[in-house]
Amino acid sequence: MEIKVPALSLVILVGPSGSGKSTFAKRHFGKHEVVSSDICRGIVSNDENNLKATNDAFDLLHFILRKRLKSGLLTVVDATNVQKESRQKMIQLAREFHVLPVVIILDLPQRTCEDRNEIRADRNFGNHVIRQQKQQLRRSLKGLKREGFRKIYILKSEAEVNAVTGITREKLYSDKKELTGPFDIIGDIHGCYDETVLLLEQLGYVLHQVEDDGNNFGLAVTHPENRQVIFLGDLVDRGPNAPAVLRLVMSMVRAGVALCVPGNHDIKLQKKLSGKSVQLKHGLAETMEQLVNESTEFLAAVRDFLYSLISHYVLDGGKLVVAHAGILEEMQGRGSGAVRAFCLYGETTGETDEYGFHVRYNWASEYRGKAKVVYGHTTVPQPEWLNRTIDIDTGCVFGGALTALQYPSETLVSVPAKKVYYEPTKPLLPIAAPSLSSQQLNDDLLNIEEVLGKRIIQTRLRNNITIKEENSIAALEVMSRFAINPKWLLYLPPTMSPCATSVLPNYLEHPAQAINYYKKRGIQKVICEEKHMGSRVVLVICKSEAVVLNRFGISNEGIGVCYTRTGRNFFTDKALEKAFLARVQLALSNAGFWEKHQTDWVCLDAELMPWSAKAQALLKEQYAAVGSSAKHALKAVDEVLTLVHQRGIKGVDQLLGQFRHKKEATKKFITAYRQYCWEVNDLDDYKLAPFHILATEGKVHTDKTHEWHLEEIKTICLADEKLLHATPYKIVDTQVENSIEAATTWWTSLTEKGGEGMVVKPYDFIAQGKDGLLQPAVKCRGSEYLRIIYGPAYDLPENMERLKNRGLSRKRSLALREFALSVEALERFVRKEPLRRVHESVFGILALECEAVDPRL
Amino acid sequence: MLLTISTTHQPTTDLGFLLHKHPDKLQSIELSMGKVQIFYPEASKAKTTVALVLDIDPIALVRGNRNLAGKSFALGQYVNDRPYVASSFMSVAIAKAFSTAMNGHCKKRPDLVSLALPLEVNISVLPAPKGGEILIRKLFEPLGYEVNLERHVLDEEFPAWGESRYFTVSLKNTIPLHLLLSHLYVLIPALDNDKHYYVSQNEIDKLLAKGKSWLPNHPEKEQIISRYLIHLSAFTKQALMRLNEDETKEEVEEPVAATSKKGTLHQQRLALVVEQLKATGAKSVLDLGCGEGKLIRRLLKHKQFEKIVGMDVAYSELLKCKERLHWEEMAPRQKARIELLQGALTYQDKRLSGFDAAALVEVIEHLDENRLPAFERVIFEFAQPKTIILTTPNAEYNVRFEQLKANTMRHRDHRFEWTRKGFETWATNLAKKYNYTVSFLPIGEFDAEVGAPSQMAIFNYGN
Repeated sequence: MEIKVPALSLVILVGPSGSGKSTFAKRHFGKHEVVSSDICRGIVSNDENNLKATNDAFDLLHFILRKRLKSGLLTVVDATNVQKESRQKMIQLAREFHVLPVVIILDLPQRTCEDRNEIRADRNFGNHVIRQQKQQLRRSLKGLKREGFRKIYILKSEAEVNAVTGITREKLYSDKKELTGPFDIIGDIHGCYDETVLLLEQLGYVLHQVEDDGNNFGLAVTHPENRQVIFLGDLVDRGPNAPAVLRLVMSMVRAGVALCVPGNHDIKLQKKLSGKSVQLKHGLAETMEQLVNESTEFLAAVRDFLYSLISHYVLDGGKLVVAHAGILEEMQGRGSGAVRAFCLYGETTGETDEYGFHVRYNWASEYRGKAKVVYGHTTVPQPEWLNRTIDIDTGCVFGGALTALQYPSETLVSVPAKKVYYEPTKPLLPIAAPSLSSQQLNDDLLNIEEVLGKRIIQTRLRNNITIKEENSIAALEVMSRFAINPKWLLYLPPTMSPCATSVLPNYLEHPAQAINYYKKRGIQKVICEEKHMGSRVVLVICKSEAVVLNRFGISNEGIGVCYTRTGRNFFTDKALEKAFLARVQLALSNAGFWEKHQTDWVCLDAELMPWSAKAQALLKEQYAAVGSSAKHALKAVDEVLTLVHQRGIKGVDQLLGQFRHKKEATKKFITAYRQYCWEVNDLDDYKLAPFHILATEGKVHTDKTHEWHLEEIKTICLADEKLLHATPYKIVDTQVENSIEAATTWWTSLTEKGGEGMVVKPYDFIAQGKDGLLQPAVKCRGSEYLRIIYGPAYDLPENMERLKNRGLSRKRSLALREFALSVEALERFVRKEPLRRVHESVFGILALECEAVDPRL
Repeated sequence: MLLTISTTHQPTTDLGFLLHKHPDKLQSIELSMGKVQIFYPEASKAKTTVALVLDIDPIALVRGNRNLAGKSFALGQYVNDRPYVASSFMSVAIAKAFSTAMNGHCKKRPDLVSLALPLEVNISVLPAPKGGEILIRKLFEPLGYEVNLERHVLDEEFPAWGESRYFTVSLKNTIPLHLLLSHLYVLIPALDNDKHYYVSQNEIDKLLAKGKSWLPNHPEKEQIISRYLIHLSAFTKQALMRLNEDETKEEVEEPVAATSKKGTLHQQRLALVVEQLKATGAKSVLDLGCGEGKLIRRLLKHKQFEKIVGMDVAYSELLKCKERLHWEEMAPRQKARIELLQGALTYQDKRLSGFDAAALVEVIEHLDENRLPAFERVIFEFAQPKTIILTTPNAEYNVRFEQLKANTMRHRDHRFEWTRKGFETWATNLAKKYNYTVSFLPIGEFDAEVGAPSQMAIFNYGN
């Protein structure tokens, strides 16, 4: 004998003590699938038979059930379950998680149970207990169906139990994950046959008249590319020709050219046809009139067809879900009365509006599921994506249009209604001039749940990235106290690791190691870019304020923004910021950037100089302070040491040498920081050096080479050479010694002039090595510059020796994770994903930046 | 970095005896964070000078993981002035290098110990905080020193950056050497105000031991003690009390800012908030931006408030709040009334729904003005407490604060401060938009011309 259970079900074993439930469960189900009340008793009390622990044990059992059912796992309950009350609680749980409850009863003879209990040392209760359980079980048998079990199996003897050869797990009807499309999903038809045919033709379907085989109504619909139609239900009512629509849809579904989910109107018709009393309202009367001349055979066929429809389908490996009125994430691929009701009617608040309609609760605004949901039911003037859901009912029957969504291309195709077939009680909303999209309106507020606590963020480049709770805590403070409007933040720059420590005695960092990082990992072409010492900034610039509103959903905040690596405004002076952004915008316009890249906004990664413009306080309190105190203290020490040296005291020579070296180092330190300071009186005193064109409309430019980025930027810089600064670079072939040498010479000359150094990047923006993603960049800083990082006298031999002992692995891992998140944020923004999805990635970068790593790296 | 002590006392060789250091030798002492070199740049019949050079190893400093200057600056540990200034490290060096002299011992010449000698001290360089020159003089002059100072600029190439906090200092006095050393031992770190080691109970003992004979009579003793103990008020108070117990057996009043009879402005503000909350009959209250929990502690005293939820964006503030509430020792029923959450007012947050009242005491001015619409929706549209009590400074009153420069705000983090009209307009529009009614109250002494220092809006949901 074979027992069949739905693949996702709650299987409740019922039977008196000694009926062999545990043995049965063990034989037919997985180790973790069985939850036993005895084991729960043991866990909470150290004694599997301790009846006093029963309440706690069942609390635990129910807790485990919740967790498993929530995760969509088939679960078996191994407990006597002979009382209705104990089963009820479990059925409630099954319903709560939309899982089908199944019962398997081991109703074995009392004698068998008694004998089994006798040989078990730990069971010392009397036979009366079993007798009582048997009685309770008997009383239960009749009512099981009413209790809500979908499947009931009763095994009455050992022989029957042993005859169970296996348990088959049946796929749920809604599970069509194996179908990958392409699909054409069509919204509410409501008897609009002509428009349906037009739409199908426009989508490339061919309608043939063929011989009626009893199933096809003389119709055959085909598509040259074998596309498949999905009807979202509400085939009938209100419109002119329900019978024709039904014939078409039934024919297509039967031929396998289409799938169909039921709408509320379809179900009402089915009830009417089944002889149930239904009010003839909302267009049903018209449908019945249209059907009046149809044969009883046809009507029966319609009734059965509608009855057979499955509430929703999960398609394409779980990436697509279709349902008439939508579906919540936790309902997808599950079955319960609630799931079916939701799919038919959507979520309502219980209130009715001024026209007597149920006020619909916009479930989509809170939808956070991964699968895209395509649905209809509620008429909208224009289909719009919101949190990966789209309503494509454009109210054909009310004089709107019949719309199809093509999947996976997500193209919308629609056919206007020939006329108004049915006056809407509620006026169709006119298509207003677009200001904010539904997604942008929905994005107006972020939710704290989406940033607090430990978070796991999926990225394309590096799979899951975990954000620790303590880092989210810190990032929340920074983000909400200091960062700009989150709608601007589509990117934060990832941290960058230095190259490995140099083997040369006088260098902490040297180009050989930077280039070697990529060479060793099989990268032949790298690019060396001059590193500027200023402040890292990200610029978002739009062609106009209208674009800002339209694309970013922001009003009254100017044409763009210039923010720092932690998401703060770079400029504190609003007027200055405005003038600065206008200058860059003008340069972009003059360089023909907008036309060339077919965009009306851009996000640039850049360095803004001088350092002193933003770091004024730091320079005064830290750098100049160290310089000043060191200079004067060392001068005084030099004087006393000179005097004692003149006195000819032993051992002073060496000491004098050491302190003179420190004096020299201080001088060099002061020279080093001064390089990056100059007074800023107007805009021309700033220098902006962009180095990445991160994104424009529809594109994240991480698929271009760094040479492309720098060359494109060069053309922009030519449009305003006073403010903009093109970054010099060298391309290096890592297989050619001369090429590496040339880069080294270049670096030496840059750093000897006081330059910060250079950044070495793989020629391609994203480079993969044997073990996955490679560092997107490695910095190689000049010896003089390093004084402001490691302190004035870091290059004294005894210091250098100790400083060379530095570990990079933490920094590198961080750089990779932040890089993956930064690209992810850009990609999500460009794909027009909800703000929370972009914000999640950006927030993640900020949180990772809270991790403790050596700040000198 | 450098300290020299000179004397013209005759014979000048007495200095060597007192210090226990041979004039013709270079001596080196190892300390945990570096070395001290002691030598005599001058040893003539006319004058003898001893030099103490403190050579701090900056890398050892970091490796020791000590908490140094510039916490807010990530590289503060690596690029800092510690190796070059006279700081608490210098006190350690003095104590180590001249311990015998400092303790007033001199085996060979005990008569020299209490002899007042003409001494001159030079320090390169001494950092002084805000008070600068005045503070240095205030600390040394009452002890009889003739003070000469040279203040250094930050960077002569950038005159706009102004002067540094570093001085080359010369101090002249005729006193016993051990006293001079104990003055330096206490006053150098008091000036620097940035200790390199943890301030612990132990520090109080050291301070009292070294300052026993002169500190109680120093006119700046409170400042010295508090600076020496880096403004840790608990320690300061304890030290002051102990000092006074030793000497005068008199209670000293805790120095507090001048306040009116009703208490500080903030106390008046909190009292009014509690009063208004009580009047609404609210049982559950949100304290948004609760900080260290001053309002929560006041609310706890009233049984009416059965549920008090404090929220702040700064986790550190919440920890402080728990500490102030004595969270760990709190009785379970009291504890059950309180909940503390980390959250931000610009994120929608369902934990904030269903409250009778919310208090936002001096919070909104810490949000950027363009973030206010998000805040408004989070609180007025979604959290929607029945009553909202919101306070913010009255910008008009700022002219009455003497220390406040014109056109500046009261707090560095304030993003805006509104006039009464500005606040009332904002609040009235807000109330209208979200179906609240609003009324206003002044907070603090009312000034006929500019109003009260702070202002309150009370919003009630519905009509």
